[in-house]
Amino acid sequence: MRAFVTAVFAFLYLPIALVVLFSFNAGRHASEFTGFSVQWYGTALSNPFLVEALKNSLFIATTSALLAAVCGTAAALGLSRVGLRTRAVFDALMGAAIVVPGVVIGISTLVALVQLFGVLNPFLASIWPDDQPPRLSLGYGSIIAAHGLFSMALVTMIVGTRLASLDRNLVEASSDLYATPLTTFRSIVLPQIMPAVVAGFLLAFTFSFDDFIVAFFVAGAQTTLPIYVFASIRRGVTPEINAIATIVLVASVLLVVLAQWQLRQRKPSN
Amino acid sequence: MSAGLGAVFMHGNRFRHNLLTALLLAPATAWLVVFLVLPFIAIAVFSVGERAPEGGYQAAFTLAQYANLPARATAFWNTMMLAPVGALACLLVAYPVAYYLALKAPQRWRLILLALVVIPFWTSLLMRTYAWMYILGGRGIPALLAFVGIEDVRLINTPGAVLLGIVYGYLPLMILPIYVSLERLDRRLLEASADLGATPFSTFLGVTLKLSLPGVMTGFSLVMILLLGEYLIPTLLGGGKVFFIGNALVDLFLQSRNWPFGSAIAITLVAVSVVVLIAANRISTRVSGARRVDLI
Repeated sequence: MRAFVTAVFAFLYLPIALVVLFSFNAGRHASEFTGFSVQWYGTALSNPFLVEALKNSLFIATTSALLAAVCGTAAALGLSRVGLRTRAVFDALMGAAIVVPGVVIGISTLVALVQLFGVLNPFLASIWPDDQPPRLSLGYGSIIAAHGLFSMALVTMIVGTRLASLDRNLVEASSDLYATPLTTFRSIVLPQIMPAVVAGFLLAFTFSFDDFIVAFFVAGAQTTLPIYVFASIRRGVTPEINAIATIVLVASVLLVVLAQWQLRQRKPSN
Repeated sequence: MSAGLGAVFMHGNRFRHNLLTALLLAPATAWLVVFLVLPFIAIAVFSVGERAPEGGYQAAFTLAQYANLPARATAFWNTMMLAPVGALACLLVAYPVAYYLALKAPQRWRLILLALVVIPFWTSLLMRTYAWMYILGGRGIPALLAFVGIEDVRLINTPGAVLLGIVYGYLPLMILPIYVSLERLDRRLLEASADLGATPFSTFLGVTLKLSLPGVMTGFSLVMILLLGEYLIPTLLGGGKVFFIGNALVDLFLQSRNWPFGSAIAITLVAVSVVVLIAANRISTRVSGARRVDLI
């Protein structure tokens, strides 16, 4: 059994190891390793399209994860104060947001937004005082919104789980000792759920940063890093993609490790 | 509900309590309505419409799009075949790993090994899948095989390559729920079974496997549902030869712009997913009577 498990781990990490190895390849060809070099990192980071896509992805991931962390935490707190029936409705919707395939989320958001803009743009044009009304279109906003949906559901679930195991006695003790609700929240509830919020943020960031299929539909004229990488792969694999993939892998691994570590912080010390 | 936590905010009157609850839930509600419920209604409406001559949507009420579904029969067939087969292959590889992690691995290694399982899941599927394009491509394994005398092996752009990509991509998602259910397993039951004279094999069948079935069902249904909407793996490793429903949807929405037909396919896809989820839930409660295992 140990041999089998070892083989499975090798299977999981062999392709990742190859990408990392070939990102340091001196030669252009993917098939033979001709020597150690970091030139492809230089090529990747001086490619304006690639850098632009990377910046877009960072911006979108940060914004949608922040949005998800704030709204998702608020939702989890709100859900701890409602009846079973309301809760069931929210649980079902959040579950759907997580489970419905990305490709369906992508197309349905595309369809809905295109229809919505079709109504809103003429309306904006009619009420706008001058000749240049803002034109709503697909782009940053729609990607952030679509990623925010999955991420918010994820954060709500993670924070909700932490709230369910919150030590209620502390909360009651605090209010028995005449702490105001806000003080109790700040000094008892918030510190206890903070690791879950941070972990939720990090997972949401990673999800958004890595997502291809949802962004593919709602990106409009924008390019995110996965969209750029996908297009490059279809044109033929280039070594600079290995370099950027390695950077992204290392960053993702760091974030996930950080998220796991945060989730394991049982009782914050203060 | 949750009197203790509610008490935090209970100092005000009932109205203030409700107002705060509503404020806390408002952003998430708005998001769910605008970006989940409305879009879903939109594709439901589109699916009974017609394609406008220049592409896009034209209002109508017809079931023609649904009647036309057989036009994409190959995509449905590939998906319906490879999703369960892929999920099953995933399960067969994942179960021993989860078993080892939960019951056999040395304590100090357990968390590290578990992290090693989780990390690939949270890194880009795109980046992980494209590495296989090298390995299976003409200069990868086929070149090695040619070196030892086995010529003309084609691996990439075959259903087998797609299946391999599926197992590779979704293995972590299968291992995790099984691990959780095995880890919660009461070890005393295993001892009791052995003390009562059961062979290790019948202990495994009667106790371990049976009690881990909820985790197995969670993993299986999750992987299966995600596979139903898969796009990247068949595109990169199937090379346009192994079409999935996801490929049909990308084609219909972004290339041929037949939105009503695409919507009908999407609705069908969601319906199939719901059926799979309900079936999995039924089976899992029937087999064990236990609660389903939460993934996160």
